[in-house]
Amino acid sequence: MTEFVAAGRPVAWRWPRLPRGHGRLHGADLRWSIAFVAPYAALFAAFAVYPMIYALWMGSDPALFAELFSDPRYLRAAINTVLFVGFAVNLQMVAALFLSGFFMRRRWWIKALLVIYILPWTLPAVPAYLSFHWMLVAYPQGLLNNLAAALFGIEGPFWFNHGWLALACDIVADVWKWLPLWTLILLGGRMAIPQDLYDAADVDGASAWQRFAYVTMPLLASLYVVSTLISAIWTFGDYSPVLFVSAGTPAFESEVVSTLGFHYALDFANPPLAVAAGLSLLPLLVPLMILVIRRLQRIEVQL
Amino acid sequence: MSSVAAPARAKPRRRHRLRRSLVETASIVLGLILLIWSLIPVYNMFLVALDPEGHNEFTYEIWPAHPTLAAFAALWNGDEEDVRDIWPAFGNSLVIGVLVMSLTLLVSSLASFAIGRMRLARDWTLSSAALLIYLIPSSTLIVPFLRIMHIYGLTDNLWSVIAAEVTFATPYALLVLQYYGKLIPSELDDAARIDGASAIQVYLRIYVPLMAPALAAVGTYALLFAWNDYFYQYMLLTSEKHTTVAMALEQFFDDDDAPWNFMMAIAILYALPPIAIFYALRRYMAAGLSMGGVKG
Repeated sequence: MTEFVAAGRPVAWRWPRLPRGHGRLHGADLRWSIAFVAPYAALFAAFAVYPMIYALWMGSDPALFAELFSDPRYLRAAINTVLFVGFAVNLQMVAALFLSGFFMRRRWWIKALLVIYILPWTLPAVPAYLSFHWMLVAYPQGLLNNLAAALFGIEGPFWFNHGWLALACDIVADVWKWLPLWTLILLGGRMAIPQDLYDAADVDGASAWQRFAYVTMPLLASLYVVSTLISAIWTFGDYSPVLFVSAGTPAFESEVVSTLGFHYALDFANPPLAVAAGLSLLPLLVPLMILVIRRLQRIEVQL
Repeated sequence: MSSVAAPARAKPRRRHRLRRSLVETASIVLGLILLIWSLIPVYNMFLVALDPEGHNEFTYEIWPAHPTLAAFAALWNGDEEDVRDIWPAFGNSLVIGVLVMSLTLLVSSLASFAIGRMRLARDWTLSSAALLIYLIPSSTLIVPFLRIMHIYGLTDNLWSVIAAEVTFATPYALLVLQYYGKLIPSELDDAARIDGASAIQVYLRIYVPLMAPALAAVGTYALLFAWNDYFYQYMLLTSEKHTTVAMALEQFFDDDDAPWNFMMAIAILYALPPIAIFYALRRYMAAGLSMGGVKG
């Protein structure tokens, strides 16, 4: 991609396309292409469609939802889920947008820093979140509170004794883990913007803010929106920050719906209720999914 | 800013220089903050792993008082009861990770070749359908998964985890491959076809080599996906001999008296393979991951 940019080819250049209807598949080609899709189709049917239908069937009893909505733990978890997704996703996307600009700067030490900056994303989730847990945990003292005491003489709080504070810790841990991925993605998007456009903007006397608002953002907007939507969809289903950083403490106050589902399934031995908890997120996930799919369709048309 | 933008004042050059040094200072400060932000949890892992006791004894320390590699030595020698079974667990994690990576690459590249290059269907049909799996959180799907794996006869079988993880990793892989694939001119395929290449030859000789950056990104993503997963392994694998590293770490977490220095030593070793792979393939990643710089 960057090579195309280096060659000075404008971004909007389109590969000539055969007119629709031309080159419809026949004979051997049709058989080959079906054979190529077959492994994925089989996998998708056996391990995606079937379990999803099974889940819908398991959660089809309205009594389950009555039980679910009358559980105060669920209501708290639902609020937490919305806060968790809303804050974690937007914080990491805005930070990634800003930092991808920072990493565009041509300095040797910024290139070296990028190598270290990627590290959180490559660390496996369980060890990384466990480290967060031990860094914050307050019996007797974690690294963060020790640092605060040693450097500033402040006595840190008990991070996991308060529901909102514990949830905030989970959000920070999630941002820490996923920020590098989105920064890399937006960095790739920024690198694909041809330098000519910036040169032209400079000639017109654009300020740094104007370069960002009128050159970078219009070209990056679609990637930013698709990334935000995908990140949101993933974060709704992500259990590991909450499971390993705050572990839902205190007394289920920092649970999200997906981790509460675990407790329903494992500790309360009520798997159908766990399924109902997951299905209760559908009213939030379906609109997000529709937005992603419409975006993807539009990108195809425009490319 | 360019001098064109600056109005003609008494000393535009000095202002310019001042401004530049301010930006430079700000970016150094930001760089330091990012360095600390990225490394603190990693430093914490070492702090605990290098502690001789590991039993809550690292109190009020920001620097290991008596650093020792005893925890790593115990892992290596396998002479501590707590960590005796860790190497088979590493073996299981490795088998799962490598197979998830290779199968995700194979399945997603074949499917995206058929749809994106051979035009079996409209591009977005496949990736959209695939994304539907994210509609129900994976933590919810585990319940039907358990029953279905029983029906398939895959209870307590590494393949059940592999199948589940490949299923969850493939949709995003397809998305990346499809958008990156648009950067490769279809004339290359047409030329090869005129020269008499079969579909499989076009796939092997043209598609795979040209898609290398995207495939590197997708492969790393799939490996990380398998390495990040804990819940599917925990739920689908029940017997001792199928324990994975992620499961072993969680057992330490559940046990209040567990030697945390061993746990963190295991965590550090567990983190090494994906880091090694990522940095080996780093050059390809930025280009591959950006979905070919989606615009529109």
